[in-house]
Amino acid sequence: MAFEIDAKDIHYRQVNELIREAIDQGAREIVLKNVNGQRYLAAGISSEVKIDVYGTPGLDLGAFMRGPNIVVHGNTQDGAGNTMDEGKIVVHGMAGDVVGYAMRGGKIHVASDVGYRVGIHMKAYMDKVPVIIIGGKAGDFLGEYMAGGMIVLLGINSRYEHRPLAGLFLGTGMHGGVIYLRGEIPSYHLGKGLSLEPINKEDEAILEGYLVDYCQDFGLDLQEIIDEKFFKIRPQTHRPYGKLYAY
Amino acid sequence: MASQKENSSAQEPKKKVRKKRLLSKLYPDFIIQRDLEKCIKCKICIRECTYEAHGWDEKREILTEDHAKCVGCHRCEAMCPTGAIVITKNPSAFREHDTWKPWFIKNVYKQADTGGVLLSATGCAVPFRNYWDHLVLDACQVTNPPIDPLREPMELRTFLGPKPDALQVELDDEGRFYLKTKVGPWIKLEVPIMFAAMSYGAISLHVHQGLARAAKELGTLYNTGEGGLHASLYEYGSNTIVQCASGRFGLHVDYLKAGVAIEIKIGQGAKPGIGGHLPGEKVTEEISKTRMIPVGSDALSPAPHHDIYSIEDLRGLIYALKEATEYKKLVFVKIAAVHNAPAIASGIVRAGADVVVLDGLRGGTGAAPTMFRDYVGIPVELALAAVDQRLREEGIRNWASLVISGGIRCSADVVKAIALGADAVYIGTPALIACGCTMCQRCFTGKCPWGIATNNPKLLKRLDPDTAFERIYNLVHGWAHEIQELLGAMGLNSLESLRGNRDKLRAVGLNETELRILGVKHAGE
Repeated sequence: MAFEIDAKDIHYRQVNELIREAIDQGAREIVLKNVNGQRYLAAGISSEVKIDVYGTPGLDLGAFMRGPNIVVHGNTQDGAGNTMDEGKIVVHGMAGDVVGYAMRGGKIHVASDVGYRVGIHMKAYMDKVPVIIIGGKAGDFLGEYMAGGMIVLLGINSRYEHRPLAGLFLGTGMHGGVIYLRGEIPSYHLGKGLSLEPINKEDEAILEGYLVDYCQDFGLDLQEIIDEKFFKIRPQTHRPYGKLYAY
Repeated sequence: MASQKENSSAQEPKKKVRKKRLLSKLYPDFIIQRDLEKCIKCKICIRECTYEAHGWDEKREILTEDHAKCVGCHRCEAMCPTGAIVITKNPSAFREHDTWKPWFIKNVYKQADTGGVLLSATGCAVPFRNYWDHLVLDACQVTNPPIDPLREPMELRTFLGPKPDALQVELDDEGRFYLKTKVGPWIKLEVPIMFAAMSYGAISLHVHQGLARAAKELGTLYNTGEGGLHASLYEYGSNTIVQCASGRFGLHVDYLKAGVAIEIKIGQGAKPGIGGHLPGEKVTEEISKTRMIPVGSDALSPAPHHDIYSIEDLRGLIYALKEATEYKKLVFVKIAAVHNAPAIASGIVRAGADVVVLDGLRGGTGAAPTMFRDYVGIPVELALAAVDQRLREEGIRNWASLVISGGIRCSADVVKAIALGADAVYIGTPALIACGCTMCQRCFTGKCPWGIATNNPKLLKRLDPDTAFERIYNLVHGWAHEIQELLGAMGLNSLESLRGNRDKLRAVGLNETELRILGVKHAGE
């Protein structure tokens, strides 16, 4: 049975205390009702608990978390999944800026658009491969400084029909990981030192694996998504600044 | 064969191969002097020199020197069993010119050779005025007696963390007074000297282990820097500050909870406004585990934290960290001392930081672009005085503690910093010098022959953790006693009585503006 917390008119600190208490008491499923901008929900929680959020969470949802499976039934503000380690955040709406900053593991699935500077400095390590899948479009600086992991940008569910898939400076400073785009992007949107090419069979298999899960979360048709042509962005070097210095 | 060659040269005009000459190698900084009468040809110098400045000529059976490769670390000199080696400055001189000193000439050569950015280590090497050297301390004579710390109580204890605006004391039912105001959590330091952030990666694991143990024995803290926390160091948690910098390397919940404080590194005195690059060559197996990045990949820290573009955003991260650690840890925010440090510090305090750290122009580093090391940022003495003054004027000085770093060289510098308003100081370079560093300023090569700024398994063995611990402990132990003596001479029996007590300072040879900023009278006044 789900453990219910009414977040109406209470401070984030109290909401988090209630979440921790519930986990300590053995709750495996928590439902947060009436969330209205409370920040840092589930920050730093190391537990494989499911948290359903109704309303709009504030800054840094699930920051530093390791394990929780958060489903936001609506939009979320900036910084979701900041430096997260493990777990999953599913957003049935839009997410703001800086989604998944420096995340090292887990998944973030966004149904619609995201803001600026999403997936900056994501990094992979051993069996940890962080993945962000965006159903809509993204602002500038997507995947800047990216060191590992995967960003998938679908552009199928966007409020901004006339905008390109991603903004400017896409993947600038990227030195690891991969960005998959469903459709093309003008080359001047791309950061320096990156290659943009159609995906191969291997990529298709990898993508499909992750997209199956994404489609399940939002009740989408996988075939419809993968029928479109995908492109991938990769860094040409893992040492973008290797020859910068005079000793 | 010969005709073929002729044919090919007939088809293509013969290209003259241009021989590239590296001008920077022509004029070495140092000369290796070997006394051939003392030299026993044991070749220890060859094995000790990681820069390959010493060689062996098989044919002539003599030791050779490549002066251009010598960085002046003095390792060979120290290890030569017969004292046959002396490293001296190269006496070869350019024609004297006050503007075009050899330093600038050689830097131009280096950059013309490679087209690169000049790289240095340690802190600012330009002789800007060092204000510690223009400040003197007071002592008691006749009218009030000095205190002898050898026979009388003398307290160096410092509590870091916000202090309440006022204390409320009430009577309980049994007529006893009790403190109603909720205070803390605070961090108790037995000496006002902490070890500055130096990452595992920049310095060796053995130095980290030495620092951690010394911090524990001395009752103070050391700082992990940005490189994560090695598994062997979790046991020193109650003496650990973990750092959260823009790269977020090795940063996870266990790490955040491992120490007693979390330091958000916004800037560093040695290189304000830029991020860091740990070259892939330095990311070894062990470093990779701690930083949680693949072996051999560059560890790039962006210049800003991309989740902080304003004071409001900083508040966001401060409280994200506090929430993630259930308000059990203090949050430090470290900035480089720059022009508007007072206003920035005010914002940091209002954003909810428990401790503000100012790292000055002379703050050290293992690698910084030379132009940043030498010319970006302001001396910490001035920044400290200005920040302390500003926070007092705004009535928020007690909301956070103030820690400074960058250029503290001796215990008197510590005492002067406390008198100017600091709660405590960080030292980095002195702890490394204690371990044997000779300030050759080549930390970024990863070849430190003294086993300090390297994680090369062979070089690591040159400094064991016990030695590092003992020497660092000794240094601070000595400083702590000197601080007690200096306090006693001023008639003070606790460090608390000196904090922000600028009347105990006088300046020698400073101008009106400097005196105003420092809030100190001139000697004789």
